[in-house]
Amino acid sequence: MAKRIEALDLDAYYGGFRAIEGVSMVIEPKSVTALIGPSGCGKSTFLRTLNRMHEVIPGARVTGRLLLDDEDVYGPGVDPVGVRRAIGMVFQRPNPFPTMSIYDNVVAGLKLNGVKKKSDLDAAAERSLKGANLWKEVKDRLNKPGAGLSGGQQQRLCIARAIAVEPQVLLMDEPCSALDPISTLAIEDLMTELKDRYTIVIVTHNMQQAARVSDVTGFFTIDGPGSPGRLVELDETAKIFSNPSEKRTEDYITGRFG
Amino acid sequence: MAPAAGAGVEGIGTAGPLRRGLLPRWTPLAVLAAAALITAGLFAVTELQGTAGFLIVGSVVFLAAQTVVSVRVEGRRRAVDRFVSSLVVLSFLLALAPLISVLSYTVLKGLTRFDGEFFSRSLRNIGARDAGGGAYHALIGTLEQVAITTAICVPFGLLVAIYIVEYGRGRLAATIRFFVDVMTGIPSIVAGLFVLSFWILGLGQGFSGFAASLALTVLMLPVIVRASEEMLKLVPDVLREASYALGVPRWKTILRIVLPTALPGIVTGIMLAIARVAGETAPVLLTAFGAASINTDPFNGPQSSLSLYVFQQAGEAQSTAVDRAWTAALTLIMVVMALNLIARLLTRRNRLQR
Repeated sequence: MAKRIEALDLDAYYGGFRAIEGVSMVIEPKSVTALIGPSGCGKSTFLRTLNRMHEVIPGARVTGRLLLDDEDVYGPGVDPVGVRRAIGMVFQRPNPFPTMSIYDNVVAGLKLNGVKKKSDLDAAAERSLKGANLWKEVKDRLNKPGAGLSGGQQQRLCIARAIAVEPQVLLMDEPCSALDPISTLAIEDLMTELKDRYTIVIVTHNMQQAARVSDVTGFFTIDGPGSPGRLVELDETAKIFSNPSEKRTEDYITGRFG
Repeated sequence: MAPAAGAGVEGIGTAGPLRRGLLPRWTPLAVLAAAALITAGLFAVTELQGTAGFLIVGSVVFLAAQTVVSVRVEGRRRAVDRFVSSLVVLSFLLALAPLISVLSYTVLKGLTRFDGEFFSRSLRNIGARDAGGGAYHALIGTLEQVAITTAICVPFGLLVAIYIVEYGRGRLAATIRFFVDVMTGIPSIVAGLFVLSFWILGLGQGFSGFAASLALTVLMLPVIVRASEEMLKLVPDVLREASYALGVPRWKTILRIVLPTALPGIVTGIMLAIARVAGETAPVLLTAFGAASINTDPFNGPQSSLSLYVFQQAGEAQSTAVDRAWTAALTLIMVVMALNLIARLLTRRNRLQR
C-alpha cells in the first residue's frame, strides 16, 4: 500500500512570492526520505505541496506535476480531500484535538469520514496506538483528554491519528523539534518500524536525525533572501553525509554555512 | 579567566545586598486594624461622619500607612507592589459595591410580592391601587419573545460568523463585517420604530409578541455575530490543518472540530446577547404594545414582557403597583441568571475533565 511519489518541475507560490522552484525528485515507497536545509529554504513548503496542504493558505498555489504512483495529484478533477486521505501528515507541534479524548483523537479521521461501527473503530484505535508505541501508556485512560498527555506522548498520539486512516504516504514536518531526546528516540524508532508499510518523508533540522533514520536525503537551499528554494542534491543518505557531489551540500553538513 | 576580568574595575552594576527586610504576612491585617482605629479617632474628634466617608478615609489612611511602613522596612519596589496590589483589591470592592447593592435591594424589595399569585395571575381587572395581581402574562411574553429572537438569531448569527471567519475573502466579508458593526450601534428604540413603521404600520400586521421579537432580532444579531466571530478566530489554524490532513472535508472540519472547540465561548456570547435583549423595554413597548391579560399566542394580539411590566408598574403612584414592579425586576434577573446557569452546565458536560 505504500506508494511512490514523483515530483516534476514543481513550483510553489505564496501570492506573488515563489517559495520553491523547479523541484524534481523521486521518493521511493517503503523508505524514509529526509529533507534537510537551512531555515526558509522551502523544504516544509515542498512537504506541504505533497498532500495539497500548501493551497490551504490563502493565495498559495502550485504549478508543475506531482505523481502518486502514476496519478497526477494536481491533475484536473482531483479532489484535494481524497489526496489527503491517501497522504497523512504529522506536524511540527503536537496538535491533538482539544475537545476530544485520546480514543476520539485516534479515530477522528475514521469517524469524520463516516466509519461508524464500534468494533471497527476499537480495532483501529488499538492497532494505531500500538503502531505508534503508545498503547501501553494510554490503554487504561483512553477516555481522558488527549491534551493531558506529555509532549512526546501527544506527538505519538498525532502519529497514531495519522496512521489510523491507513494512508499510503506519511509526511512529517519536523516531528521531533518540540520534543526531548527520549521522546525523539521513541519517534525515530517508530519511523524505522513504519517504513515497512509506508512511504515516509520527513523534514528535519537535525542532521544526526536525518543520518540515523533516513535511506535517502535531499538537500534544499536558497541563494539569498527573496529567492526561491531549490533542491540541490538528492542521494543515498550514506553518500550525502560522507561524500556529497555538491560543494554546497558539503558546506552545509559540515557546518560551514547555513 | 572570565570571572577575574572585571574584578578590579568599579562597575555601574545595580546589584545591592541580597537580603532585605521583609514584613510578616499579617502586616496588611494589622495595618488595616490600625487604619480603622486612626479613622475612628479622626471621626470622633473632627466633624467627619457617615459610613461611606469612613470607608473612603479609612482606605486612604490604610494605603498611606502601609506604604510608609513598607518603604521603611522593605524598600521602594516592594512598597510600590503593595500599594498597587491594595489599590486593585480596593477597586475590586468598589466595583462590587453597586452590583451587590442592586441585587440585594432588588431581592429585599421584590420579596414583598414574591408569592404564588404573582406567578399564576395576570393584571386583568387589576388597577394600580388594587392589591394582588401578577406578572404571569409578562413572564410568558418575555420567555416567548426571547425564545423566538434567539431561535432566529443564533442560526443566522453563527452562519454569518462562520462565513466571515472560514470562507469570507476580500470585499464581501469586509462589507458584511462593516454592516454588522453599524447594526451594533443602532439604539434599541430605533429598532422598535423600524419594526413599528415597517411591519406593523406598513404591512398592517398589528401589535404582537412576534413583532417585538423582530425588533429584538435587530439588536441581538450583531452581538451574536461579533461574539462568535471572535471565538472562531481563536481556534488555532493547526487544528484545522490537522483535520484537513486526515482527509476530512472543510465543512465537516468546521462542524466537528472548529465549532466544538469554540463552543464555550460562543455560548457565553449568546447568553450575554440574551441577557441584553431580555431587558429591552422601548422596542417591546412600540411593537408588542403591552397587555394586562394573558396572551400565550406570540403571533396575535398585544403581549407584555417583564421589562415592560416593570416600566409600566413603576410609573404608577401606588405602592401596590411599585411592589409588583420590584418583584417583576427580581423575576427578570432570576430568569436571565437561570438561563446562564443552564447554558454553562450544558457546555461543561461537553468538556472533558482532566
